[in-house]
This record gives sequence, structure tokens and C-alpha cells, in this order.
Amino acid sequence: MVKTVVSVDLPVDEKLTIKKNSITGTGGAPSKPASLPNTAKRFSLVTGIHGDELEGQAVCYEVQRRIAAQPQNFCGTIDIYPSLNPLGMDCITRGIPAFDLDMNRTFPGDDDGTMTEYIASKILEDIKGSDFALDIHASSVFVREVPQVRIPPQFKESTFDYAKCLNMDFVWIQRNASVQENSLVYTLNQSGTPCAVIDIGIGMNCNPSHTSQLTEGIFCLLKKLGMWNGETITPRNPICCDDPERIVEISAQHAGFFMRKALCGQRVEQGQTLGLIIDPLEGKIIEEVVSPAKGFLFTLREYPILETGSTLGRILK
Amino acid sequence: MNEISIIDTPAFYRDNFRVRGYTFGSGKKSVCIVGPMRGNEFQQQFIAARLVSRLEQIEQAGELQEGYQILVIPSVNPYSFNTKKRFWSINNNDINRAFPGNAEGNTTKRIANQIMQATSEYEFGIHLCSFYMSGTFMPHIKIFKSEMDYIEEAKKFKMQYVQIRTPRPFEKTTLNYNWQAKNGVKAFSLYSSATDYIDRTSAHTVQRAILLFLKSLNIIKTDIPGGYESVILNSQEDIIPIRASASGFFEPKVKVGFEVSAGDTLAEIHDPYNDKIVEEIKSPADGTIFYQYSDPLVYSHSTVFNLVLKK
Repeated sequence: MVKTVVSVDLPVDEKLTIKKNSITGTGGAPSKPASLPNTAKRFSLVTGIHGDELEGQAVCYEVQRRIAAQPQNFCGTIDIYPSLNPLGMDCITRGIPAFDLDMNRTFPGDDDGTMTEYIASKILEDIKGSDFALDIHASSVFVREVPQVRIPPQFKESTFDYAKCLNMDFVWIQRNASVQENSLVYTLNQSGTPCAVIDIGIGMNCNPSHTSQLTEGIFCLLKKLGMWNGETITPRNPICCDDPERIVEISAQHAGFFMRKALCGQRVEQGQTLGLIIDPLEGKIIEEVVSPAKGFLFTLREYPILETGSTLGRILK
Repeated sequence: MNEISIIDTPAFYRDNFRVRGYTFGSGKKSVCIVGPMRGNEFQQQFIAARLVSRLEQIEQAGELQEGYQILVIPSVNPYSFNTKKRFWSINNNDINRAFPGNAEGNTTKRIANQIMQATSEYEFGIHLCSFYMSGTFMPHIKIFKSEMDYIEEAKKFKMQYVQIRTPRPFEKTTLNYNWQAKNGVKAFSLYSSATDYIDRTSAHTVQRAILLFLKSLNIIKTDIPGGYESVILNSQEDIIPIRASASGFFEPKVKVGFEVSAGDTLAEIHDPYNDKIVEEIKSPADGTIFYQYSDPLVYSHSTVFNLVLKK
């Protein structure tokens, strides 16, 4: 059943409405029998905080399609929130249009606060109490990410086992701002609702293989939560990192145009060429970018125009 | 006056990204003043430029005390000014959310790091900054609550108000917070009444406040007339937000600085299709208008006024 999470009037004849689809299953039984102890479980699938991150859209569709095809195997409630920032998605804008704010820095919000704080507060109130919440992001348009789960270190204990079964390639106990204070994942965990972030692919894109990989992982998670009795795959055994010293950031030392010579997700050797920074004006190579370490290249530059300092990649040593 | 290069980074498709500074006097690094980080902070850039000009006059007149150095960085973000973008032109990052920065990080973090490096040894840091929402303010100083206690020094600007605030999580990536937290710099954020247009009266108030501060520290000899006995405002207790319940055209009936009584009509919100009044915003208490929203269209729940409560 499609429900309104929060709706506010915009100035000129339009409402900003955030919706969810709430699907309840009873494992094939006509009602909720006591013999199915897990019917009360709730899983929230959340995406679209950043308006340019689209990988979660097809996942929302595919999860519902599979549940609809096998309703006898689903019990509990799944709440699907395809777009927490519908204006941003409509305007192809990462932040909240008109406010120029990153929505993932507005949580927990404030019921008596500004429009963005009010919306954040209502979203949080609605998701809170789920047995697990998954916040699906894509990368920005600048770098490509291997399919990965990110969790804040403070909440590793309550989320790590779930994160490992999501069929992702990498689980990163991450200390940077994307999972820190004012983010949805941090705030949900802080309020007692276990939550993890998916970061996958690249902005403004939706890759069918990512959809499939993550959907399989979500059904593994539902099975672990006791909400899915159908077939599932054996999830990938992800590489895990809880040590910031193992992460090597690679930045452009020169401005120019980047030509990739490696693939995101591959293992690289120290000294291996990852790409060239070229000068299209004079036809010269400005810089050969070589790997500073041996390891797993889990982030790689996609958008080719570089400033000095632009992120080129990340390696897990 | 000496011009120094703080950042000079080659770009590929446009001219180098340059941040310049101007130093006055030599000796103890006393006060640094940092101008705009966002491309719409015209008023802040104007104030910085006026300050450079005034300090040059003071130095040439021999009215700068020996043994002190002042640094003014008139702009941290000329790129965004030139392309009429508010934030960093390629990725929309806000430089004032990138502190303390990182020498090996992305571009905005590198800029933040270089600003921190250039200013870390100064005893006092002044950032000419703007509010994230459009609107007009009573010119004031903001300082973050910390273990450092320098409220008495804030009063030396002789601005009408000194606002003291506990930093919110996202404010821990601002220049002001990191000046204090990382380098022990006594940091002040100076708010003018305007941002994306030039208000000469308010610019003068802020420029005068900085000169009064320099005079009180005995860094300049020049007599600077005027100033106020500052009122200390604790954000959580002395200032209340007044919000719109409806969306529509915003028609204020008061101005910043007005004294109002409980029940006074402060603004109307009109339906943008038929001009009917959809909300009358009344003052909930006696006080002075400290901030006023200024866009023609207002969104429901927006803060349209901040009121300094009458004591």
C-alpha cells in the first residue's frame, strides 16, 4: 500500500510528497497466524537521498517484483522508500533544490525546524523501529565505486553480520563524513535502528548487473531476518576493512584530462599504471598516475576532467 | 603593505586558481581577516577590499604600531565569483565545510588546508561570513562555545551583538571552529546585514568594528569613533526563531532592528495565485528583529525572523 511519509506545500501550487510502499506478507497464510513468529519484522529499503544517485531505483522495483511473484515466501513488512529527495531526482540535483543542502547532513531534523529539518524528522520517525534499514547510494558522477557496504564504526556490532550477507564485494567500516553525524545511517543507528549504507557504481546511472547483485543480497538479508523463505544465493564473501591505515587515497597532482588504464575492482601492483593525465591542447602526457601500493582498487575516477587534488582512486592495501 | 601568494594552483581549462593575501606591519602575527569562501558573498568581498584600502592608508600614515602583523585574505574563492556559482564550481562543495582540510585531499580540502596553514600562527582570526539562507541580519559577531574563553575580547569590536553558540555537528567543518579547535586561534565570525548585494552602511559598520578591535589591541594608533556596548546573546536562550506555517509570497511588515511587541504583525504570506492572505505572522513576544528572511517566495516551516527577546 502506497503511503505518504510527509507532504509539505511548496509556494506555487505544488506539494512536495515523500512516499513509501508498505508491503506486508504472511508467508502464504490468509492472515497473520501465531505460528509465523516473524510476521512482525520490518525491513526498510531507502534510496534517493541524493538526487543524482539512481542505482537504487531498479532495486526497489526488482525486490517488489520478486516478492509479488512468490508471496508465499515473504512474511513481515517491507517499507520501500524510492525517493527521499524527489525534487532532487526530478531536477538531476544532488542536494535539495532551492535549499542547496545535502539532505544527508540534515538528520535527525527537527519537527519544529525549517522545511528540510521537518522533512528529515518525519522520515526518521517513519523508518525508526525497523529491524533493519538499508540506505542505497550510488557514487557521485566523479568516481566509480565497487559494490560495497559502509557502516559507521560506532555501530559495527549491530550491523556487521547483516552487512556481510548483502552480496557486496567490500564491507568498509568507514570513518568519513558520509556515514557520520547528521547522516541518515548514523542517526538511525544512534536511535537504535540498525542501518547500513550501500555505495555502488556511479551517479546518474543504473547498471543492471548492480541491480541484480544487490537484489540477491537483499533477499539473503531478508532470509537472515527471517522474512524470506524462498531460494537465495550464497552471498559473496566480501573483503572487509576496519583499519583506516589500509586505505590509500590517490589524488591528481596536476590538472588535466584523465585517461583510465585500469579497471575499478581489479587488484593492482605497486607502480602499476592506473591512468594518464593528458594535455589535449599540446598533445602531451602531463602525469602518469601509478599505483602507490599493491591492493584492491575499489574506487576509480570516471569523470575525466581533473583539478589538482581531484580524487583518482582508493586502494585497500 | 605586502602582497603574498597563499595559493597558486595551475588549472587546465582556465587561469590558475589564486588566493592572495595582504600583510600590514611586521612582527607578532596578531590578527588575520579572511574574506568570502562562497561565490555570492559580494558584501563580504567588498568589506575585505575596503579594509585592505583602509589599512594601507593607516600604514602609510605611520599609524600602525611596530611589532604587529595583520593579514587580510580578500577572497578564498575567486573561481566561484567569476562563474557566478555559490559553491566550488566543479562539484558544488562548500569550502567552509571542508576544514581543517587535507594537504593530500580533494581540491576544496586542499584549499582549506592552505588557508589553515597561512593563518594558524595568528592570535585572532576573523572570518567575514554569510548565513546559509538568504536574509538580512543585525550586524553581529558569532563565537562558538569552547574551552577558550574570549568573550571579553569579542566585546572589543563594539558591535551591537555578540552571539555565542554551541557548534552543531556540521559546523565542526567550518574555518571558525577549526581555528579554535586545531590551532588555538581566537576565532570570530562577523556577519554583515547583506550577502549577495552591497550594503555600504552595513559594510562600514563591520569595517569600523574590525578597526575598533585593532585599536583596542593597540595595533593601530588611529582614532576610530563610534561603536556600541555589546549585548551578549546566548543563542539557545536569548534568540527565538519565528517560522512560517504556509508557503507563498512573503510580505514583511517590519525590518531588521525594529522593536516589536507580542502580537504585532510581522509579515503576511499571500497566495501566489489570488493574493489572498494565507497567514499572518505575529510576534510571539516582545523583542528586536535580529534576522529577516528576504526572498519573495517563502517555504512553509522556514525561519522568517529571529527575535532577540526583550529582557
